[in-house]
Amino acid sequence: MEFLNQNIEDIYFVIFCIFIGIEVISNVPAILHTPLMSGANAISGVILVGAVYMMLTIPADDYLNLTLGGIAIFLGTLNISGGFFVTGRMLKMFSSKK
Amino acid sequence: MEIIIKVGYLIAAVSFILGLKYMSSPKKAKTGNLIAAMGMVLAVALTFFTPIGHSIPTTNLIIMLVAIAAGTIVGKRYSDKVQMTGMPQLVSLFNATGGGCAMLLGLVEANPMEPRPEILSMQILLIAGLITGAIAFTGSIIAERKLAGKVKDYRTMGVVFSARILLVLMILLPVVYFFGLIPLGFAPFMYFLAFLAMIYGVLFVLPIGGADMPVVISLLNSITGIATAFTGLVYGNKVMIAGGIFVGAAGIFLTLLMCTAMNRSLMKVLAGKFKKSSGTGTEEEQEIKEISVAETALSLSYAQKVAIIPGYGLAVAQAQHVCGQLQQMLEKRDCEVDYIIHPVAGRMPGHMNVLLAEANVDYASLKEMDEGNENMSQYDTVLVIGANDVVNPAAENKPDSPVYGMPIIRAHESKQVIVMKRSMGKGYAGVQNDLFGLDNCSILFGDAKASLQEIINQLKLI
Repeated sequence: MEFLNQNIEDIYFVIFCIFIGIEVISNVPAILHTPLMSGANAISGVILVGAVYMMLTIPADDYLNLTLGGIAIFLGTLNISGGFFVTGRMLKMFSSKK
Repeated sequence: MEIIIKVGYLIAAVSFILGLKYMSSPKKAKTGNLIAAMGMVLAVALTFFTPIGHSIPTTNLIIMLVAIAAGTIVGKRYSDKVQMTGMPQLVSLFNATGGGCAMLLGLVEANPMEPRPEILSMQILLIAGLITGAIAFTGSIIAERKLAGKVKDYRTMGVVFSARILLVLMILLPVVYFFGLIPLGFAPFMYFLAFLAMIYGVLFVLPIGGADMPVVISLLNSITGIATAFTGLVYGNKVMIAGGIFVGAAGIFLTLLMCTAMNRSLMKVLAGKFKKSSGTGTEEEQEIKEISVAETALSLSYAQKVAIIPGYGLAVAQAQHVCGQLQQMLEKRDCEVDYIIHPVAGRMPGHMNVLLAEANVDYASLKEMDEGNENMSQYDTVLVIGANDVVNPAAENKPDSPVYGMPIIRAHESKQVIVMKRSMGKGYAGVQNDLFGLDNCSILFGDAKASLQEIINQLKLI
């Protein structure tokens, strides 16, 4: 109960996001499903925001966590940059003369 | 500063919605991708200015900048190098990195913590993010290896059974732990959970059959999104929650779409099962009519409206480009050419469309299954290239067939069907294709690419 009380706004937010997500995505035509997927994949790289925030708070002499955090940032960036670049490359190929 | 960051996050979240929304048409999609990418850069850049009460230690800053630069360069290189047939592998690989990032976040955040009732809900979310992230991480790596043909299906009872035990353990252990029954610090406990979840990720993807990969990739994509959303809830960061949930929704949507298109329930896909053909009595004698390249070229030269139904075999034979040439050639002769694409053609949702787009095929001529079926009777000639089960009429009229119920492209309703095949081998479902025995269907044996090339050569002479 306490949990609901404290987090009710987040719960609203999550539920609305689910509906918006499904609504927006169900309008994507089948021909763009692969770019949709790689684009969505890139968006899930927003986890990098969390990784950067975490790195700000790690003490500068905590080498274990700095290493893990550094790897996390590398992976998150790879997810974002690779995802958006490859989506862009695919979308460039879709053309119409009509 | 704080308010600027919050507004920035809001803009980023909206940019993600716009990016996804613009995917609804190939014309706007490029802009959408750019908008979402800029939103992402904004969100990440602003995070550096989060007030934390002291300045950022130089070491941390250097590590972050180096890691970001390296990640960007590596990501760009991978995306420039990849071939379109290898797209499913690359998407899996990038998905693994997102999952890995979520897992590491869970581990690092756990380090200074002890189990405390005041922050119980936060710790549960952290565990949820860690487990989903770790599953997506190893699961995606195995999926990538399988797609690259490096790892075979491994479908024994042992694997399936241990995977289930692990799944139960991952749910039960945290409950037991928070009742104080496991004498471990929070960090070692999290490392242990991450270890279990990583093994689970491997075991969960191993038994899944090659043709079910489109389902698995979509599902793993969605799991990464959910991991992001859980982590976002830990930080109370709205842009992470929104981004994660959108991806989760997209993944689940595509997963279910792929399942319907293959006539398989998600549970069966995950168990790696496939309906076995009910007895051998269903095999019927078929009279197969063979057709030569010259005859094919001739009937194409008379056709007003031609449909091409491509399957993954087309991509395996690297025949997309020749196929595009054939289309251009026919169009010069005032023949209308459409591609009718089954949702599961290719190795991931929409894969075939990308392969054809790469071969300079106009996206206006890429038709979805339903649209193609509606106008099927108008096509003078239908070329089936490298596809099999998706054109099997047994899916509609033979209730005892393993493919029964699967939505198909009704090629048999057109005036003439020419199936290009290497041999009389069966499709993935291992069933006889009733189409081949029909009166209006003939078969052109041979390698798809070589045959197409010859058809083009012959057409030039006609």
